[in-house]
Amino acid sequence: MILARVVGTVVATRKDPRLEGKKLLILKPISPDGKDENGYVVSVDTVSAGVRERVIAVSGSSARMAEGCKDTPVDNAIIGIVDEVSLD
Amino acid sequence: MYFGRVVGSVWCTVKHPHMTGKRMLVVQPLTPELANTGKQLICGDCTGAGAGELVYWVRGKEASFPFAPEEPPMDTTVVGIVDEVHVKRPAPNHRRAQRKK
Repeated sequence: MILARVVGTVVATRKDPRLEGKKLLILKPISPDGKDENGYVVSVDTVSAGVRERVIAVSGSSARMAEGCKDTPVDNAIIGIVDEVSLD
Repeated sequence: MYFGRVVGSVWCTVKHPHMTGKRMLVVQPLTPELANTGKQLICGDCTGAGAGELVYWVRGKEASFPFAPEEPPMDTTVVGIVDEVHVKRPAPNHRRAQRKK
């Protein structure tokens, strides 16, 4: 699972029918202390996250276990909105 | 399975229903010599590991198996707390030894 910040949305009309009704967001991975990391990820939102929120995203086949993603062609899903990160 | 150290934790209120009651830890991957390697990541926890502890964690679909029959959407989970690590030192690098001469 990675920490990421929501930086945008993706709209797609032509897509796999199993992706219909799913919200797609662009994520920027961040480190636990809030610094940006390389790259961007497109992720399916299952928790109604919004732009600029910090979220937790899962990748790989575990993403299909997220709410409503069973048997869908999804390999990245947002499964939580972060309240707080504490570093010891 | 990978080797790491717990360096923090994460709280979420809004999350997948199967994640309720599951701890999430910030883990720093380590080399066997205990040097940091790679990016910090968020892991689920089935062991009760705490801050600063050496742990090992799994990646992939297997990460949700400790919580069976529930299927929380986790792709990294801490599955063990490390007591001891024994590492055999690598053989001396001959090329480097020759360069020093």
